[in-house]
Amino acid sequence: MGSIIFLVVLVVVAAWLIGAYNGLISLKNQTLNAFKQIDVQLKRRHDLIPNLVNAVKGAMEFERSTLEAVIQARNQAVKVNATGPEGIKQISQAENALSSALQRLMVVVEQYPQLKATGNIGQLQEELTSTENKVAFARQLYNDTATQYNTKQQQFPTNMVAGLAKAQPADLWEIEDQAEKAVPQVDLSMKPKV
Amino acid sequence: MSDDTSLNLFQQQEANRRRTVLLVIGFVAFFAWLGFGGDYIYYLSTRDAPRTAYHHVFPWLGIALTVIALLTAWYAYATGPEKVLWSTGARPIVDPTDPQEKQLVNVVEEMAIASGVPRPRIWIVDDPDPTAFAAGTDPLHAHVAVTRGLLELCSREELQAVVGHELGHVKNLDVRLMTLLAALVGAVALMHDGATRVLRGGTNLGGGGGGGSRGGGKKGGAGPLLAVLLVVWILSWILAPIITQILALAVSRKREYLADAMSAQFTRNPLALASALQKIEGAVAPTAAIKRGAAHLCIADPLGRRLTAREGLFADALATHPPMAKRIAILRGMGYAQLKKEGGGVA
Repeated sequence: MGSIIFLVVLVVVAAWLIGAYNGLISLKNQTLNAFKQIDVQLKRRHDLIPNLVNAVKGAMEFERSTLEAVIQARNQAVKVNATGPEGIKQISQAENALSSALQRLMVVVEQYPQLKATGNIGQLQEELTSTENKVAFARQLYNDTATQYNTKQQQFPTNMVAGLAKAQPADLWEIEDQAEKAVPQVDLSMKPKV
Repeated sequence: MSDDTSLNLFQQQEANRRRTVLLVIGFVAFFAWLGFGGDYIYYLSTRDAPRTAYHHVFPWLGIALTVIALLTAWYAYATGPEKVLWSTGARPIVDPTDPQEKQLVNVVEEMAIASGVPRPRIWIVDDPDPTAFAAGTDPLHAHVAVTRGLLELCSREELQAVVGHELGHVKNLDVRLMTLLAALVGAVALMHDGATRVLRGGTNLGGGGGGGSRGGGKKGGAGPLLAVLLVVWILSWILAPIITQILALAVSRKREYLADAMSAQFTRNPLALASALQKIEGAVAPTAAIKRGAAHLCIADPLGRRLTAREGLFADALATHPPMAKRIAILRGMGYAQLKKEGGGVA
């Protein structure tokens, strides 16, 4: 009788161990995959920017500094991106800089009715909005998944299996506050001119 | 929050897998009852017949109906999404040329990224009434369809919220259950029409058989049993389409709230869905393209039935969707909670 109870307990514990271990591994892979998704979207954005700049260059001679800021931020982002997933902090900084440069550009474009009048810019704006959204949503999915993964590996009793599954807390994709907050201010200051 | 929703998601996926299996089992069992029940009644009625007359021993009706039900369920599962889309007259967007379609494709791609499911196939229904639905058997083979009216009516953010709601259904496998149900409802309606003719012949046979058993002297035994069986069996035949309809209603209501919440999680913008729902609610005209069989798939009741406006036992039994006002109120609550949190963070 005693040995039967012991056996049952053993089976239950083993089943839990397997479940918890597999759960952690699955979350780990989901986190990695979510990170890859950000990368895909960032590459897409890097490819789109030269087209965008070419399309507005002619009509925006006197906004050269804004365009140059975009190109510079883009080149910087491409360079940092090549370092791979280890440099998540640097990558996110460079990408945030690129985001704010792009948003400044879009605010400027809004001010040129003759630019907006050509259908191309409308499509380009939609493309850019979509690209920015895709980057933001990929980042959001990564952060959600990584948070879930981090919580799981720190919570009792799963934390006892965390070592076994070689679970390490994943870095979150930080959104730099200054860059994000600066944009609406720019937007407001430009409004009266429109 | 994310841990909570993921738990819900996992439970919901499990529940949907289980319910899909139950639905198929129930469907097949119901037909088996119709078939074998008929066989048994026929057997009872011919048991006391003279030795030379026909004795119904082999349950060919039951076997035939069970096989038909199995084939139907398999066919519904395999072709359900196509059938549902076909019944609404949707056309796929392959190469978007018009800016509205291009925007829809972008929005769906964005929401696919946010929800972490593969990009579904995108369809447009050329109907001026705003609505949207999802179909498919799993996230890898999913379809999202919106009407032209929705594209005209909604802003980009609202469209995003509606698509987020549909991808919520895709992600938690609601689509599997709902698509299968839509296909089965259609199949039952079709079979019922055909089978009613066969049934008429069957009742005549049963009635004649009942007379025969009385003559056989087994008054207490087979007579009442036979009568009760016969009544239940005939009722089953008559009620089959109604039962499947009620099933379709029952599975779709609660999951709308969950899909709303998932949309809010994907877009982080519950107020956009609230205003989209309000606009959809405001367009009172029924969606001509959506038939009764696919109504439970849509984001809001496309048939314009006023039951959706109320709650209560009657509405609960007959409406495909929860009250719109309640859905909007819940989303607004989420939106204000979010604003408050963000406001607190900035200050």
